[in-house]
Amino acid sequence: MNMVVCCKQVLDPEAAPSTFKLDAANNRMVQPPEVKPVVNPYDEQAVEAALRIKDKDKTQKVSIISLGNNLVRDVVKKPLSMGADELILLEDAAFDGGDSFATATALAAAIKKIGQFDIIFCGRQESEWDDGQVGSGIAEILGVPSVTVAKKVEVIDGGKLRVERVTADGYQVLEVSTPCLITISNELGEARYATLKGIMAASKKQPVIWKPADIGVDKVGAAARKSKIVKLFQPVKEGKCDIVSADSPAEAAVLLATKLRENKVI
Amino acid sequence: MADNKGILVVGEVAEGKLLPITAELLGAGKKLAGELGEALSCILISDRVGDAAKAAIVAGADKVYVTEDAQLKDYCNDTYMQVAEKAVADLAPRIVIMGQTSIGRDLAPRLAFRLGVSATMDCLELDIDPASKLMNCTRPVYGGNARAIFTSEGIPQIATVRVKAASPNAPDAGKAGEIIPFPVAIDAGKVKAKVIETVKEEIAGVKLEDAAVVVAGGRGMGGPEPFGKELAELAKVLKGAVGASRPPCDNKWVPDSIQVGLTGKIIAPELYIAIGISGSSQHMSGCSGSKCIVAINKDPEANIFKEARFGVVGDWKVILPPFTAKVKELVQ
Ligand SMILES: Cc1cc2nc3c(=O)[nH]c(=O)nc-3n(C[C@H](O)[C@H](O)[C@H](O)COP(=O)(O)OP(=O)(O)OC[C@H]3O[C@@H](n4cnc5c(N)ncnc54)[C@H](O)[C@@H]3O)c2cc1C
Ligand SMILES: Nc1ncnc2c1ncn2[C@@H]1O[C@H](COP(=O)(O)O)[C@@H](O)[C@H]1O
Repeated sequence: MNMVVCCKQVLDPEAAPSTFKLDAANNRMVQPPEVKPVVNPYDEQAVEAALRIKDKDKTQKVSIISLGNNLVRDVVKKPLSMGADELILLEDAAFDGGDSFATATALAAAIKKIGQFDIIFCGRQESEWDDGQVGSGIAEILGVPSVTVAKKVEVIDGGKLRVERVTADGYQVLEVSTPCLITISNELGEARYATLKGIMAASKKQPVIWKPADIGVDKVGAAARKSKIVKLFQPVKEGKCDIVSADSPAEAAVLLATKLRENKVI
Repeated sequence: MADNKGILVVGEVAEGKLLPITAELLGAGKKLAGELGEALSCILISDRVGDAAKAAIVAGADKVYVTEDAQLKDYCNDTYMQVAEKAVADLAPRIVIMGQTSIGRDLAPRLAFRLGVSATMDCLELDIDPASKLMNCTRPVYGGNARAIFTSEGIPQIATVRVKAASPNAPDAGKAGEIIPFPVAIDAGKVKAKVIETVKEEIAGVKLEDAAVVVAGGRGMGGPEPFGKELAELAKVLKGAVGASRPPCDNKWVPDSIQVGLTGKIIAPELYIAIGISGSSQHMSGCSGSKCIVAINKDPEANIFKEARFGVVGDWKVILPPFTAKVKELVQ
């Protein structure tokens, strides 16, 4: 079985909200020095989903594709150190400024170039634009079925998958034929850590780098957008918290209850 | 698609009842229809639509298209896409709106890519630009830290709207409207991802989405026990529900379905009590619509205090017992 996992490098979404700053003129976030790039957390879990399948049969292959510009090698190589087999980077300044349409188009073209695939994994969404569209887009372009927001993926007989898809009040169980695309949600469980052996192996592997011409797509990045950003802004917050304090925490607790009553909150 | 007109809401029905998101979408849709001077339609897709069609008219739809088929009982991309694609082809709407729900999240992008247009997901506000007649979509980005206004030129314009972001229209029982059957011959041969089971994980007590008071715990609770004990007790006193940030769900302290946030439930209770929750932007995305947020956290620098109306700095283990006792006394 050949598996492809799409992994995006993002700015750490767990950084404190107070570190967040915008470069509104260029429609993007400013990267403060304390905020580090990471693999989008859901994409790490997508790698985990693929590796769980590989765990059962080591002959299965896991390829990673990341699209971006100036990608940090230690970051994009993390899936390799977790156990993936190869890394393909769609890396070029021209890939900058794309939307879901541009990204899905380029990723789908790269997957076609890889050739044979059985399962494509994506994260349910990436943490910058929080779009959640690229997976479905790749599936549509390649004409394969998709199951989004999955928490469990198992290979059953006949080249089929059994997938659990998270819903608002439980989950659906689906059977999907391959080739197909699955997007992974955090309910899958934690991604494995890179082992020392994995890190050593990853350091020896060189990523394959493809430019727009290599995947035969003439318009990429900002030039391939279907959506336009009219405005990017930070909503203003008033933030007037009444911090209730007293001589002891227990007294503060009682005072809080009293205040909530006075303000007709309870 | 230059002649496309009107707004098409893809509504949601469960057991013959219109779901609240549909009324919210009809609220957002009516505003757009007014700005364009065009009609507001709604399509309801289910195995049994029942009285929901009439309810959609009362909620603001001029026309309700009903697609009923036993194969549409459970949401499945491969069947619903067949209906959505035919609806767009036959009804030629200018704008299609869906909910940012299990269904809309999955259906909208796939439909957009099939039509070669762009969908804008998880919108808070939709407006028409009077000059171009195109829809502008305002949505949170960067986990809720920023907002962006998007537009696209491809018709139909497709957007999903966040739960509880739009206000429903005042119900109008006397409103005229047409209910039109919209049969679609579902081709079972096209179903490559087949739903074989639907599992509901019902939670006893007040439903999180409907609760006026939500008592939510985060990683700072330290384990599953306080959710069943201290938080449940406070929730019971206030006739509310228990919620959680993501770590308690990821750690299996509580069921996944009580996660509040960007990728969990979006709620807007009268009172939200956040305990041992740092207030990440992704968490706040799910509860910032609450009337009043109260925070209990031992870290005075926690972001939650920037979002809360009232707060106490301290260990919940010390704060909660006297707080709950006092609340009990006050509300009785
Ligand atoms: C794309 C994306 C989507 C996400 N979606 C969601 C979502 O829907 N919902 C969600 O919640 N998160 C979501 N997250 C995760 C989010 O970024 C945060 O990691 C998460 O909200 C943190 O949860 P927390 O506040 O419980 O934990 P922490 O940030 O670890 O905070 C724990 C808090 O507890 C306090 N504390 C510890 N002990 C005590 C004590 N004894 N008494 C009082 N206070 C104490 C600490 O001071 C701290 O502030 C998402 C992340 C991404 C990237
Ligand atoms: N630049 C990228 N490189 C690799 N994969 C990506 C990229 N952008 C998006 N993806 C994949 O598509 C998923 C959904 O992205 P989005 O639709 O942008 O939220 C992500 O979780 C990734 O798996």
